[in-house]
Amino acid sequence: MARILSAFAIGLLFGFGLLASQMANPAKVLAFLDVFGAWDPSLAFVMGGAVIVSSLGYLAARRLGHAVLAPKLDIPSRRDIDPRLVAGAALFGLGWGLVGICPGPALTLLSILPREASIFVASMLVGMALFRLVPQSGVASTLREADA
Amino acid sequence: MTAFTPLSALAGGLMIGAAAALLLLLNGRIAGISGILGGLLPPQAGDAAWRVAFVAGLLLAPVAYAALGHATPAVSLEASTPLLVVSGLLVGFGARLGSGCTSGHGVCGIGRGSRRSLVATAIFMAVAVATVFVTRHVLGA
Repeated sequence: MARILSAFAIGLLFGFGLLASQMANPAKVLAFLDVFGAWDPSLAFVMGGAVIVSSLGYLAARRLGHAVLAPKLDIPSRRDIDPRLVAGAALFGLGWGLVGICPGPALTLLSILPREASIFVASMLVGMALFRLVPQSGVASTLREADA
Repeated sequence: MTAFTPLSALAGGLMIGAAAALLLLLNGRIAGISGILGGLLPPQAGDAAWRVAFVAGLLLAPVAYAALGHATPAVSLEASTPLLVVSGLLVGFGARLGSGCTSGHGVCGIGRGSRRSLVATAIFMAVAVATVFVTRHVLGA
């Protein structure tokens, strides 16, 4: 139960961060990606701030050796750069660049822009479900659950 | 064109980073949104509740944000229905094929110095910048 409550509270905090930073504003995201136009570099500060705090959390968790509410830390251990990683990141970048929405903001936008966000989220879930039709290699299927 | 807002961006980034740090420290899990959602397709017994709770938090964030006295942030999105469908499919499929998205690779992965996440983030940033360049300055000119 504690794990479920903490996940809920952390989801809220994550959403507050998306709202406060304007990461959940597609126009702001596209302006950040428009490096060769009227560039708005603001969102670099989102990633910078987030990476610093998340790395501190990682160091603390590693030092602790386990999670406070769970027996182990579920951290991906793969190091190889495989074709799936490259192709998946490229397809993701294309979709993100087309409208400026990535998965977290898509969910947070559902109550703010219900029509547009529900079309996007439904399509995103279909895209995720279609991934399950891709043949899994032995290594990929055993490691899939541990992926970020 | 949007205004440069480094302070609110940094403040929001610190909250996102704190959420990622807390999910790892408390629950032992990576705060990758596409991974958390993908793990629910289909739900696995014993592993679904925390995922649903996290997603519920994300969904309710705008309501709670307003209840705390903040104005609902202005958002602006100009996209046709076909474009929303195509981009949603690409984002969902691409994030699963590439094992992560902006949060899983860009925040959590880079935060722990993962080579895979550095490469994935460099690729999706470069492709997204190229996509905006083409749609705004080549096709949209």
